[in-house]
Amino acid sequence: MATTEEIRSSLAEIVNEVAGIPVSDVQLDKSFTDDLDVDSLSMVEVVVAAEEKFDVKIPDDEVKNLKTVGDAVAFIERASS
Amino acid sequence: MSPTRVLVTGLGVTTPLGGDVPSTWDALLAGRSGVNRLEQDWAEQLPVRIAAEVAVEPAEVLDRVKARRLDRSAQFAMIAAQEAWEDSGLSRDDMDRERLGVAVASGIGGIQTLLANYDLLQDKGPRRVSPLAIPMLMPNSAAANVGLFVGAQSGVHTPVSACASGNEAISLGVDMIRLGRADVVLAGGTEACVHPLPLAAFGQMMALSKRNDDPEAASRPWDVGRDGFVLGEGGGILVLESEAHARARGARAYAEVAGAGVTADSHDIAQPHPEGFGASRAMAMALREASLAPGDIRHINAHATSTPQGDIAEAMAIRATLGNATDGIVVSGTKSMTGHLLGAAGALESIATVLVLHHRLVPPTINLDDRDPEIDLDIATKVRDLSQGDAAALNNSFGFGGHNVAIAFTNV
Repeated sequence: MATTEEIRSSLAEIVNEVAGIPVSDVQLDKSFTDDLDVDSLSMVEVVVAAEEKFDVKIPDDEVKNLKTVGDAVAFIERASS
Repeated sequence: MSPTRVLVTGLGVTTPLGGDVPSTWDALLAGRSGVNRLEQDWAEQLPVRIAAEVAVEPAEVLDRVKARRLDRSAQFAMIAAQEAWEDSGLSRDDMDRERLGVAVASGIGGIQTLLANYDLLQDKGPRRVSPLAIPMLMPNSAAANVGLFVGAQSGVHTPVSACASGNEAISLGVDMIRLGRADVVLAGGTEACVHPLPLAAFGQMMALSKRNDDPEAASRPWDVGRDGFVLGEGGGILVLESEAHARARGARAYAEVAGAGVTADSHDIAQPHPEGFGASRAMAMALREASLAPGDIRHINAHATSTPQGDIAEAMAIRATLGNATDGIVVSGTKSMTGHLLGAAGALESIATVLVLHHRLVPPTINLDDRDPEIDLDIATKVRDLSQGDAAALNNSFGFGGHNVAIAFTNV
């Protein structure tokens, strides 16, 4: 079972790959759209890559609730527990 | 009232000969072939294993994150647009962007994105299809991305007329300026289909050269040994600008786009009219629109793809249109070096034509070892000087579907 920091770190690598945001900028309190410039299409890419990486399902209806990196990390922790 | 004059004030390309205009022009004058053997694994099964791939991979030039959101065809267009925009000296902050338009053509569009995502769908299911697939594969993607890059807020268009597309974009750009819809238009074309499916499909049309063992000799317009075209890839963009707008900012102009002729054969979906009637009418229309006489034309960049029928039809059309004045015209077939860039061909060859008028040098046609006796043209086989004084030149592009577009350029 991955720790919160391990999930954040892996998610940061995905955000870096998709949107070019430096890994160190992808912190729990950061908003995907407002702080990290991840647009709606890139967000889908992040979600699909995260599903693959963490072997979880993130339903389409849930994606709009994942406003911050912390929201996404918490969802992945719940889904994989 | 005479029509608004349209000047060419910026040029940009990425081609099988070079990653920008200076390197491409130098290679054209040097008579260098951009055709190569395809080394990819997928090429082994194909009857045609040669193509003219770009000299500089887009990944070497574009920001990684920007590049992954663009189909290869849009990547070429962006590279060409960046060079052309910088070359023009225009800046998005210093101009009325509601007067700035785009016309970037493609013959086939984002086919590599389409096929890669179909493979993902088959192999891994719908969840793995990219959310960027549609904005990347749509035929207007290159034009829209160029529009976003410069901030264009007049019309942003994508003419699609197979291998005439690039010239049709230039014709449309001129229309936009002459109709008063824009002061500046980035016009050109892009194509990226060096991929097994288009290679197999064009191969099945018996349209491609099979000279796999001698790639650099494969594209040989007007030579008796020609056996089809060589697929090329790349992009080209011209900045078209109204004379008033260009003069007001003291812009440097390479040439004037004096007129365009656009016709259809209405003959066959794939074969050109055997005597080139539609091609002839396109050239005549361009001359008329430009108020030029046949004797004003000093140079033609011919469509000349190196197919058995097409090269003859065009040569007949040139003589039918220009009569005895044909004897005073130096003709080039630059596809002998670049291969056939399909929807980008008209853009690249218009840029070559503009540079002929600007530098007064005509690039050679390579591989013309044994001229087809049916071809009665003065074809440059080494670099030739263009005579001084006022000069006009034509660039021809013809496409599957029977599309014919001729553009007339004059020196400034």
